[in-house]
Amino acid sequence: MSEVVEGFIQAIQLIVTLNGEVLEITARSLLISLSATLIGSLIAIPIGGFIHFREFGGKRGLVTIIQTLYALPTVLAGLLVFLLLSRSGPFGFFNLLFTPTGMIIGQVVLIIPLMIGMTLIALSGVSRTIQDTVITLGATETQTVITIVKEARFAILGGVILGFGRAISEVGAAMMIGGNIRGYTRVLTTAIALETSMGNLSFSIALGVILLVIAMLVTGIVFLIQER
Amino acid sequence: MIEFDHVVMNFGEKEVLKDVTFSIKKNEIFTFIGPSGSGKTTIIRLIDMLERPTSGKIYIGDTEVSSLRERDRIPIRRKMSMVFQKPSPLRGTVFDNVAMGLFFRKVRREEIEARVPEALELVGLKGYEERKAGTLSGGEMQRVAIARAISTRPDILLLDEPTANLDPVSTEKIEKLVSALKERFGITVILTTHDMVQGQRLADRIGVVIDGRIGQIGTSKEIFYHPMNKAVAIMVGVDNIFEGVVATNDGGLASVEVDGISIIATTPFPPGTPVMLYMRPEDITFHVIDGVKSSARNEFTGRITKVLPMGPNARLKIDIGVILTAVITQRSYEELDLAPGREIGVAFKASAIHVVEKNA
Repeated sequence: MSEVVEGFIQAIQLIVTLNGEVLEITARSLLISLSATLIGSLIAIPIGGFIHFREFGGKRGLVTIIQTLYALPTVLAGLLVFLLLSRSGPFGFFNLLFTPTGMIIGQVVLIIPLMIGMTLIALSGVSRTIQDTVITLGATETQTVITIVKEARFAILGGVILGFGRAISEVGAAMMIGGNIRGYTRVLTTAIALETSMGNLSFSIALGVILLVIAMLVTGIVFLIQER
Repeated sequence: MIEFDHVVMNFGEKEVLKDVTFSIKKNEIFTFIGPSGSGKTTIIRLIDMLERPTSGKIYIGDTEVSSLRERDRIPIRRKMSMVFQKPSPLRGTVFDNVAMGLFFRKVRREEIEARVPEALELVGLKGYEERKAGTLSGGEMQRVAIARAISTRPDILLLDEPTANLDPVSTEKIEKLVSALKERFGITVILTTHDMVQGQRLADRIGVVIDGRIGQIGTSKEIFYHPMNKAVAIMVGVDNIFEGVVATNDGGLASVEVDGISIIATTPFPPGTPVMLYMRPEDITFHVIDGVKSSARNEFTGRITKVLPMGPNARLKIDIGVILTAVITQRSYEELDLAPGREIGVAFKASAIHVVEKNA
């Protein structure tokens, strides 16, 4: 027990004194996951919009598959991207395995289904009357889509933030694709896993506290957005 | 200006419109009245091309629109505006809402900034520009929706039950506005309502929609006093509907046998013609039985069977051999000392009865 208490005290010291390694790992985590979120949004929101506004065969099945992939296990996403990026894989020549870029790709794959799904929910939350109103006001098809997406922007942003939360908190893909290389691909979650297994509890707790604070901020922002 | 030619509309298995044909002239206020679910809203949505008819043709101006591609419909739709029964505020301020149609038409910014306050002033919401649209009351939002619709200066304004959810004061404001829009800007206004009196107050012509069909089209006088069939008569409050046969006809003044009593009515139909008689309850007058003749052709003595108070009026059922429905002011009801079971003299003019050939 005293070990845990001691670990907490040391953790607070590490945070308060702005320990270089703690800061560096936190910054890298944020950078990788924010990049993944941004790229994921740029892919997922238009796809979500396309699925919502267009009628095509197999639409329902596609939506079901997307919903199933919300719970895509992180290690499976990791394995998939690992296979694609490994030397013998189809994209091996990019040399992206064990790089931050590779990790970003892994997280993008992981969060895209969730973000498409959230976009779909957000868009269908815009009432039929609003869509009809926009059309009767003389909007072209493009103007209609843009206006409806704007109407749903807070709900869509909620989905984006959820995607970010999933990206920054996952460990499987980050470990498998990044390799947890100190000073290069080590992020909050992989560092916690490693330091804990090495018995370096205070470091783990410090990183854990930071991760929790980030998670709380994310949840808080989602809450605030949904309140609007 | 707008023409429906044998339009049929099905939603899945459900036939919402069954063979609807009508035409609406430029610069008239045309009202569709009918019960909920009769198809009024579908007609309005078809005019604004939010739906495509299952069959039949729809002309807006000279263009047949039902087969047009979506892209080609936009310029035609931009000459129209529509206000929904429950208008939805779009996100943002009242200004953003009212300006929306102008943005879509790529109207210059300065022009938008001039037109939005102008439209808001017309609906009596001057100075509301910066309010959040989501915070408005139902009546205010309805007026914002109208401002949003007229800011684009449409040729045709479509209003779906514009006052269905409003209090009487807001309703009056909107009715005044609708009349003013027609007078000042020459807009053709098409509206739906289930409120017959509103139809009468506003409309140049009325179309009665019953169960997916147009029952009758005409001026309010034609509809209210000369219903073409039983369904229309019931819809517009003609409570006295009788079946009979013409017994004699003396130069247009006929005696019609109805369940053993003779009713005098003006009609050219010859003896032997089966007819329907329609009479509004307001056209029946009352008198105490004192032997004094009234000027009306039809005089009967009857017994009051039922009294239904309706605000300042009372509705009476009177048995004169057939059951008549009549309306009397609450004051007269008390002065004449009436009550269920009492005998009373009733009278109505031959010209108050609208005679239609049965099965016509």
